[in-house]
Amino acid sequence: MSDAAKEAFDALTETVGRVTVDDPKMQAENVDVFYAEKQAIYDVTLDVAKNEVVAMIGPSGCGKSTFLRCLNRMNDTIPSCKVSGNITLEGESLYSSAMDPVMLRARVGMVFQKPNPFAKSIYDNVAYGPKIHGLANNRAELDDIVESSLHRAGLFDEVKDRLNAPGTSLSGGQQQRLCIARTIAVSPEVILMDEPCSALDPIATARIEELIDELRENYAIAIVTHSMQQAARVSQRTAYFHLGKLVEVGETKTIFTNPSHELTENYITGRFG
Amino acid sequence: MESLSVTHLTIVILLLTFLYFLFGRHRAYSVAKTNGGLKGMHSLPSHYGTLVALWCAIPALLIMVLWKLFEPAVVDSLLASSIPDAIHAQGEKSVSLYRNEINNAVDSGKIDSLLDPVKQATATRLDGLQKNATLGLFVLVLCTAIVLGVLALKRITPKLTARHRVEAVIKGFLLLCASIAILTTLGIVLSVLFESIRFFGQVNIFDFVTGVKWSPQTAIRTDQVGSTGSFGAVPLFTGTLLISLIAMIVAVPFGLMSAIYLAEYASPRMRAIVKPLLEMLAGIPTVVYGVFAALTVAPIIKDIGQSVGLSVASESALAAGLVMGIMIIPFVSSLSDDVITAVPQSMRDGSFGLGATHSETIRKVVIPAALPGIVGGVLLAASRAIGETMIVVMAAGLAANLTANPLEAVTTVTVQIVTLLTGDQEFDSAKTLAAFALGLMLFVATLILNVIALIVVRRYREQYE
Amino acid sequence: MSDETTQRVRATLKKRYLKEKLFRGFGITAIAASLGFLVILLGSIIYKGMPAFQATYLKVDITLNEDTLGVGGTVSDAEMQGANFSGAIKSAMRDRFPDVKKRKAKKNLYALVSSGAEYALAEYMINNREQFGQTVSLWLLADDEADALIKRNKDLSKPIRRGEFKNDSSALVTRLNKDQLGWLQSFKDAGDTDVRISSTFFTNGNSREPEQAGIRAALVGSAYTLLITFALSFPIAVAAAIYLEEFAPQNRWTDLVEVNINNLAAVPSIVFGLLGLAVFINYLQLPRSAPVVGGVVLSLMTLPTIIISSRAALKAVPPSIREAARGLGASPVQVVTHHVLPLAMPGILTGTIIGLAQALGETAPLLMIGMVAFIVDIPGSVTDPSTVLPVQVFLWADAPERAFTERTSAAIMVLLAFLIVMNLAAVLLRKKFERRW
Repeated sequence: MSDAAKEAFDALTETVGRVTVDDPKMQAENVDVFYAEKQAIYDVTLDVAKNEVVAMIGPSGCGKSTFLRCLNRMNDTIPSCKVSGNITLEGESLYSSAMDPVMLRARVGMVFQKPNPFAKSIYDNVAYGPKIHGLANNRAELDDIVESSLHRAGLFDEVKDRLNAPGTSLSGGQQQRLCIARTIAVSPEVILMDEPCSALDPIATARIEELIDELRENYAIAIVTHSMQQAARVSQRTAYFHLGKLVEVGETKTIFTNPSHELTENYITGRFG
Repeated sequence: MESLSVTHLTIVILLLTFLYFLFGRHRAYSVAKTNGGLKGMHSLPSHYGTLVALWCAIPALLIMVLWKLFEPAVVDSLLASSIPDAIHAQGEKSVSLYRNEINNAVDSGKIDSLLDPVKQATATRLDGLQKNATLGLFVLVLCTAIVLGVLALKRITPKLTARHRVEAVIKGFLLLCASIAILTTLGIVLSVLFESIRFFGQVNIFDFVTGVKWSPQTAIRTDQVGSTGSFGAVPLFTGTLLISLIAMIVAVPFGLMSAIYLAEYASPRMRAIVKPLLEMLAGIPTVVYGVFAALTVAPIIKDIGQSVGLSVASESALAAGLVMGIMIIPFVSSLSDDVITAVPQSMRDGSFGLGATHSETIRKVVIPAALPGIVGGVLLAASRAIGETMIVVMAAGLAANLTANPLEAVTTVTVQIVTLLTGDQEFDSAKTLAAFALGLMLFVATLILNVIALIVVRRYREQYE
Repeated sequence: MSDETTQRVRATLKKRYLKEKLFRGFGITAIAASLGFLVILLGSIIYKGMPAFQATYLKVDITLNEDTLGVGGTVSDAEMQGANFSGAIKSAMRDRFPDVKKRKAKKNLYALVSSGAEYALAEYMINNREQFGQTVSLWLLADDEADALIKRNKDLSKPIRRGEFKNDSSALVTRLNKDQLGWLQSFKDAGDTDVRISSTFFTNGNSREPEQAGIRAALVGSAYTLLITFALSFPIAVAAAIYLEEFAPQNRWTDLVEVNINNLAAVPSIVFGLLGLAVFINYLQLPRSAPVVGGVVLSLMTLPTIIISSRAALKAVPPSIREAARGLGASPVQVVTHHVLPLAMPGILTGTIIGLAQALGETAPLLMIGMVAFIVDIPGSVTDPSTVLPVQVFLWADAPERAFTERTSAAIMVLLAFLIVMNLAAVLLRKKFERRW
């Protein structure tokens, strides 16, 4: 970071651009995250809108993944992690005692960086969520859920003849679409994606990006990505994170063509990252 | 006396070796002087010294070992002619008895104590043969050592690649050491197989494997009743399986649940305390478990059984199985712990991300993923249970009952091996040979379990590496 | 997510959290039970074994003169050794209870004192010649049955557990009869019983009399056996590990060796005993019951363990060190002997100690090669007939006399103490030299 950029960062106390939306699905206000003594996120406020993809970009270690994991309390599994501030889903606070983490994660699904199918068949991978949540009354209903989820993830035609093959027998891109199918089988309201294409080749990536665009119709989506092109392609709004701070939020087009903050500009023009 | 001379000879060879090392190094220095200093030499002087020393020691020691291996056979055949024909005519047993008497007399140096002049003559001949053999060995070995050493000394030149040769010998030695594992396996297989074949020469293999009556007590005289004994090993197999099954019923749930808790729920602190304590359970010698089973657990089970009106044998399969299970708990738990922690965290995240509870994640995602590894561990544990000896020797019975009732006494393969071989026995009787046949069964069974388990575990590891 | 599905999920929650709790509970229970077993096991051994380190003594007034001993006061030590000390003790006991007249009753009376007491008395006499001709009060070692009752401070007036008292749990379990209990009580009333810490257990070899039996011979046997095991298994295992880790080419032979080592580590120990019996005892005619054979068998058994841990230690030395040494022109053998081996040594030693601890506790293969002999004398070399500590435990556990139970447990305590010390040493060694690369 150049001296000028460092000064700009230190001077940053408030996010540039509009952090809220008119019809929010999720709202995060003044979120701080600590790992033991180390602070990873500083005072981040950001909304996730319905039927919209919001992309979070920034250099590695900027806290974008950490922030994403706060949105469905995945950080609970890390004992040293402390989250403060307020995050709501449809107005209900995520970290209040009334909010059940199991319930929450059923409503806010997550797709991970590396495809992580379970050591089960393709069918059972998708059926896992509906089964544990008791979403199907009988086998026929479960079959329907699995089939429609695979359809919506655009995987059904490729795997319909081998639903009993292990999930790990698929190619990387197929595995990731399987993980997406697995997530939508629970019919969540929000889908969080943590660099879902970073382990995939360009063709598989293009396929997933198409899928994300289709999914926007029914879900609110927040995606973390290290690829600016991807953010530009799939998102409507973009948030730029830097060293734990949310620097700038805005319409994706605006951010990539006419960023307001010096740090954002430095990043998208490739001066660091 | 005999072993003493070998010891002396070894010491002499080692001394010679050291001397040759000094000679070799010295000669390397003097060769170097006439050839433009040490820089002109291929290797360091100590390498030349070592090479000479090796030439002195290795062939000599090799000859000594070979000589000692074949000496008894040669002496035997030479001596056979001086054993009276009358004894030969009485069969092999009498010959070996006769030989024993002669051997004892010669070994203790009391040839005169033999009253029979024929025996005395044989003994004198044996004594002479042995003395000649020892003398021959001394001369041959020392000559080899000295001559080869001198030849090696003469060959020291600047071009001699002494270091390469010394290192080749070292590598050869290392390879030899690594191959001892193979030799051990080979030794086990051959010794057990060889005696088993002799056993199956006396007892039909089919009767052994399928017979249900086990009473190996053969009479001493052939004309007595029950002189043949019966060697139906099925009750031993079922007894072994019964006790192992009880052990696994105890060990698998306790071991697996302990491992799951330690790997998934326990804080690092708790893990650091509990794991070594569990390992302590594994470090306790099996004889201690045997004492515990025989003197503490068995009486308790008997009392409990009596108080509810059940008749419990004082050497019940249950007591032995329970304690064996306790012994195997840490084995199952540490193997399962390894495979559970090897399941990638991303898989757990995937499940949590779908809203699964921790136990759902463990039961439906982690355990299925770890299952091959766990199965491998359980197989290894089962092989351990089958081969376990001391607990059953002390807490299980000797009576070969064919039963599935854990409150009755049963016997096992290992118990019978110990019982058959710890009395004063003639080595060739069907009774002792039966122990080797049982050993063969045990070895094969555990080998199969181990190999399957090792393959399963290895595949599992490769999957997540 | 529609409200309907939310409702459905909500409906399952209570049950799922209950299951979660139960599952955790199972886990805790399993750990608690396993540790509970450990506590019970160790507790029962310590409870049973502690008394073995104590012995009961009875105070008796013994007249030491020519009448009782049958020799004069100035005879040589050897002659004094052979004097009739047992008679002196008997007459002292008769003097104490003059009412005992019947032959059988007298015999019972004498039985209260250990048969080993006469040797202690002989030694006393030789060292205190000036007391010849006097009557002295001496503490004599009590017989094991009397010892057990006094040590545990039992009420000697209770009925003896036999026949009709079978179900009376408060009754005494003893082989002593009513008369003997009465005499013992009178010793106790007179203050002539004393329970002292005793070193007999550590200084004696085995004995038919429980109160005189000790573990010295077994300890020495174990030491010899372990010495042989170490001398053989350590160099061979290290050499094998070096070969496999540093020099072995990737070929079938190497694969075969590796599979073999892994498999040998899981072969039942008794099979090694069969190997020892067939090869070393029967074929090579080595002596039975000798530590040298036991050591060879145990080293074959511990080799895989040490090889596996030595390989791990060698593997932990980073390749950069090998490259650095090779870069300076060291030959592969020099790289290993000068650089890799010294760095891996703590790890190798740790593995060796653990392997030896395993060997120290091993019993079954030694039964096969005849190390189950009844050994009174302390073995003087590796070819003398010996037994080892775990086998001694096995022998005592099998003995019919009840008093051997405490010896059994005490021997286990000593065995476990050695194992704990060895394992601690291994842990400390690992901690001390632990290196993070």
